[in-house]
Amino acid sequence: MSDRVRLAGVHKRFGDKHVLKGIDLSVAEHDVVCLIGSSGSGKSTILRCINLLETVDEGAIYLDGEIITRRETDPNLVRQFVGIVFQSYNLFPHMNVLDNVTLSPRRVHGKGRVEAEDHAVALLERFGLSDKVYEFPDRLSGGQQQRVAVVRALATEPELLLLDEITAALDPELVGEVLGVIRDLITDGMTLILATHEMGFARDVATRVCFLDDGAILEEGPPDQFFSDPKMPRTQQFLRRVIDAGRL
Amino acid sequence: MTDTDNREPAEAIELPAGSRFVSPGSPGLFNGLFGQSGSKGALVAFASTVLFLVVAAIVILNSEAWPKVQNQFLNWEHFKASFPAILGAFWLDMQMFAVAEVLILSFALLVAVLRVLRGPAFFPLRVLSTIYIDLFRGVPLLLVIFLLGFGVPALDLPGVPKSPMFWGIVSLVLSYSAYTAEVYRSGLESVHESQRAAARALGLTQWQALRFAILPQAIRNVIPALLNGLVSLQKDVALISVLGLREAVREAEIYKARTFNYTSLLVAAILFLIVSVPVARFADWYTARDRRARTKGLQ
Ligand SMILES: Nc1ncnc2c1ncn2[C@@H]1O[C@H](COP(=O)(O)OP(=O)(O)OP(=O)(O)O)[C@@H](O)[C@H]1O
Ligand SMILES: [Mg+2]
Repeated sequence: MSDRVRLAGVHKRFGDKHVLKGIDLSVAEHDVVCLIGSSGSGKSTILRCINLLETVDEGAIYLDGEIITRRETDPNLVRQFVGIVFQSYNLFPHMNVLDNVTLSPRRVHGKGRVEAEDHAVALLERFGLSDKVYEFPDRLSGGQQQRVAVVRALATEPELLLLDEITAALDPELVGEVLGVIRDLITDGMTLILATHEMGFARDVATRVCFLDDGAILEEGPPDQFFSDPKMPRTQQFLRRVIDAGRL
Repeated sequence: MTDTDNREPAEAIELPAGSRFVSPGSPGLFNGLFGQSGSKGALVAFASTVLFLVVAAIVILNSEAWPKVQNQFLNWEHFKASFPAILGAFWLDMQMFAVAEVLILSFALLVAVLRVLRGPAFFPLRVLSTIYIDLFRGVPLLLVIFLLGFGVPALDLPGVPKSPMFWGIVSLVLSYSAYTAEVYRSGLESVHESQRAAARALGLTQWQALRFAILPQAIRNVIPALLNGLVSLQKDVALISVLGLREAVREAEIYKARTFNYTSLLVAAILFLIVSVPVARFADWYTARDRRARTKGLQ
């Protein structure tokens, strides 16, 4: 099967700071790739590079075989196929839930209001938000806000979804409802790349786990092997710390 | 007697008027006029204000020059005589004010947006708007009015209007837009970068992100500052009188020159106050309400 996304030797610098040091990563259709690693290792940066919120300094990123990291690419076209959800939800506070969700379908994808709203309401219903359609974000719990953010990304019908630690800002008791939503997406066959600190979840749902350390993928593999039999000392050390912190 | 007498001391614990457990209720339009909002505080403030006014009145009314001043500045006959013409001229002020304000709000927005645009293609526009803002914020409005109002018509260019009203309004718009653009810009910068990222990540173009995600939030953040600009513009319209336009201040001066009585100036002052005080009160009320709504949102 051909790759949906491929990163080839991607380097990224912020000024003098070398943040990504030659990332190679292939993601096939229906893959669920989990990026794990300590804070500052470059997980968010990888995701932001894939949907072109950041430019790449060296190397290339391919989407369905086509190189997207070149000047001619229209980032807005890429983003119509690649959705992203952020740790901090980033809902638009001046719009209600429905307007948040229908903004892109209407303005970017040219859908009519009725069609966009019907679709949005159906999605909101599916993720248990049918009574929040006309609510403003500041009246929602963190978990609800994050679910709305996922729905907002889904409303554009992306073929690939990037999730950047979307449970990290949530109270522990709200994490479950958001992870449940991701499980549903995986059941539907959505291709996902997610940065996460939820190791148990990664072990459950990932088709592949990549351990990032200081801007490089140090080790990767299927979750069973990765979590039970890590090869690299850095990986072992990281997992031990995670286990000590009670996150696995 | 019975149980009413030996109630628990709990009854004695009464919440004071300014308690943090008692909701102050919705803000009144005139709240804040006396500083404190509690009824006791308002009473004290009111009493001291009255006292001050009475003392000031006694001092002024007993001064030797008062009868002369009263006749010069507060002459009821002159008040009545000058009022109709000044009121008519004041209407012109208000029309110019309205036209100028609409133009300022739109033009300043354009300038502010040009200033925050990203990408090398917009570099010349960014520079242009920066130069414009620096220029017109630095030159006194009165000078701008003189230079444009007398200078441009003197050039006698074909097809270019010469009316003082036109150049007066242009001067107001150019000068005020420079300030107002900076107000908008501070609003734009107050919206967190992640909002832009979220909009762009959804496939919105730079323009769409501005229009749908950033600007509505930015403008809401600066409405109090825009209202303050409104109050200030309302009176600065009168500066156009230096071009000889017969608006309220000019009309009052003409009356004064004819009769050697200053009451007409007071008429003009009162007319300006009748408009500006409600706007200022509204600005304060809106600002307070907005702040309350925000702090509530944080809880
Ligand atoms: N816009 C930026 N400017 C400068 N440095 C940045 C920028 N964005 C990220 N960095 C730096 O790049 C490095 C990688 O950041 P990144 O956000 O990708 O890490 P992360 O793995 O997502 O960490 P976390 O788990 O804390 O989210 C960090 O050292 C960070 O300080
Ligand atoms: Mg991150």
